[in-house]
Amino acid sequence: MLRHFLRSREAILTGALFFLLALIALRFPAFVAPRNLAAVFNDTAPLIILALGQMVVILTRCIDLSVAANLALCGMVAALINVAAPDLPVVAIIAMVVILGALLGAFNGILVWKVGIPPIVVTLGTLTIFRGIIFLISDGKWINAHEMTEGFKALPRADILGIPMLSWFAILTIAGFALLISRTALGRSFFAVGGNPHAAVYTGIDVGRTQFAAFVLAGALAGLTGYLWVARYAVAYVDIAGGFELDVIAACVIGGISIAGGIGSVGGAVLGALFLGVIKNALPVVDVSPFWQMAISGAAIIVAVVLNSRSNRPKGRLILRATEVRR
Amino acid sequence: MTATPLGRHLPDRLTTRTNRLIRSWELLLLAIAVAIFIFNAMASPYFLNVWNLSDATFNFTEKAMIAFAMALLIVAGEIDLSVAAIIALASTAMGWALQFGVGTPGLVGIGLGTGLLCGAFNGILVTRLGLPSIVVTIGTMSLFRGISYIVLGDQAYRGYPDSFAWFGQGYIWWVFTVEIAIFSMLAVAFGILLHRTNFGRAVYAIGNNPTAALFSGIRVTRVKFILFLLTGLMSGLAAVCLTSRLGSTRPSIGLGMELEVVTMVVLGGVNILGGSGTIPGVVIAAFVMGLVTFGLGLLNVPGIVMSIFIGALLIGVIALPRLFAMVRK
Repeated sequence: MLRHFLRSREAILTGALFFLLALIALRFPAFVAPRNLAAVFNDTAPLIILALGQMVVILTRCIDLSVAANLALCGMVAALINVAAPDLPVVAIIAMVVILGALLGAFNGILVWKVGIPPIVVTLGTLTIFRGIIFLISDGKWINAHEMTEGFKALPRADILGIPMLSWFAILTIAGFALLISRTALGRSFFAVGGNPHAAVYTGIDVGRTQFAAFVLAGALAGLTGYLWVARYAVAYVDIAGGFELDVIAACVIGGISIAGGIGSVGGAVLGALFLGVIKNALPVVDVSPFWQMAISGAAIIVAVVLNSRSNRPKGRLILRATEVRR
Repeated sequence: MTATPLGRHLPDRLTTRTNRLIRSWELLLLAIAVAIFIFNAMASPYFLNVWNLSDATFNFTEKAMIAFAMALLIVAGEIDLSVAAIIALASTAMGWALQFGVGTPGLVGIGLGTGLLCGAFNGILVTRLGLPSIVVTIGTMSLFRGISYIVLGDQAYRGYPDSFAWFGQGYIWWVFTVEIAIFSMLAVAFGILLHRTNFGRAVYAIGNNPTAALFSGIRVTRVKFILFLLTGLMSGLAAVCLTSRLGSTRPSIGLGMELEVVTMVVLGGVNILGGSGTIPGVVIAAFVMGLVTFGLGLLNVPGIVMSIFIGALLIGVIALPRLFAMVRK
């Protein structure tokens, strides 16, 4: 068991993460203080939540490039509802945006499932459509902090057992996914569909429906994150989280989730997100311009995908792997 | 995802050339283009003006240059999402060289060379290491533009020489811009390359069945590598034109353009999964997209709302034929 863990991707990633933290601690010891690490985790919470949603989509051999646009649209809707009906409880707003996010995800999913359009085309299209809709419903205006109610803004910061709610949402999502992946039929079918769609059909799994479920799940989480994002930064406008979908995919790829489907783990996705989160928070501390971040995450994606391709070579035990040539 | 039984369908007669042409995607697209043209001409009195129409070509010429090479790449079953980032890096390289007093020919060389290098980088990662092109180019998309951000930050390069402005602002003759001339020449060149040469046949073969292509003696990795080089080179050329037209370089130059290029290619009837597509289709798709953005612009529709149309167009053109086929069944 221990030997198996030590050879796993999670162990390598954990090692890399500790190495990174040690490097930063050499120049700036205060960075690794528990208080600061908790702040880094809190800052990375949205990325963790979205990376888990993206993980199940990628497991089923799909990709969702529209998550950031979905997040922004749901965040804008949450802010608009709050401005229009300040008395509405925040829980109701969260419920609404989660449903809205799930519906947007379902739109992606139905196009992939029933119409059979490649996921990358679908989500490239909906990415621009969602952003455009934000402009239409907001008239291109910003919704600023003073227009939102205190309760709306306070929830992500609310403290429970010394940990902010934003972090709790991430922790609950991680726990939920750990259960979903290891203890439910749906969780296992994500792997089956991605590992070998033909074999999955013969075992009675509806491939399209499973992909649809993955998109709905990713959409619902994007909706939730939309509220968290807007409430935390206390501002909503067309371009919030612009390009964030790339960070989400980067987190997944770094976390060892194979873009060819069927390979990945909850721990990997979380560690991949934390890896990017630590880099992002450490750059200003070690006095590197934040403009470096984009190039670093790009380089991290490439390094991770090169390493993944080395470790994911088919081994003897994969008996049902399709013989077709993989793109 | 369900497999349909392989029934044997025997046609009463063979399809003729005209029959194929009438049913072709290109003709449908041409009809759409004409319809949009007529609609625009009726909707706005400023549309039917040769100078306005000449200006409108800037909407698509730079994207179309990349789209030609991208069409070949997608037919061969690969994709390059880093093209807009290559534009940013090539433009930054030109701006950087400008600080050392490099003249116009040198700037163009540096722009094209940077594009070529970026394409080679993508190509090596995909063909030598056997990585999926979609992930690689999502990575290099961040990497290339990230380097531009490292170099420029929130600054911009300005002060390109007057002779450099010729590429993006010059006219060959009357209303015909330099860019539309480049576009036309590339359309012919890529059309010949894909439809009239062995190389073009190899591209189709690879897209349909890479294994069979390999066994029939096609150097699959070499062809794919050349296609990545070509896409990089065209991105470099687009960077020259765009930088020349704008007269400045910012790291956000051409942001999101990869989406419009892919939309143009797919709208042109190229199968996103590889194996089929034509250059004439891409040419007409370029005009359709140019006409749509120009027409909406004349009607004072903001750019971001236009992107809704582009996104819907992308999904619609693929969904509609499939939906019709489903209804017919």
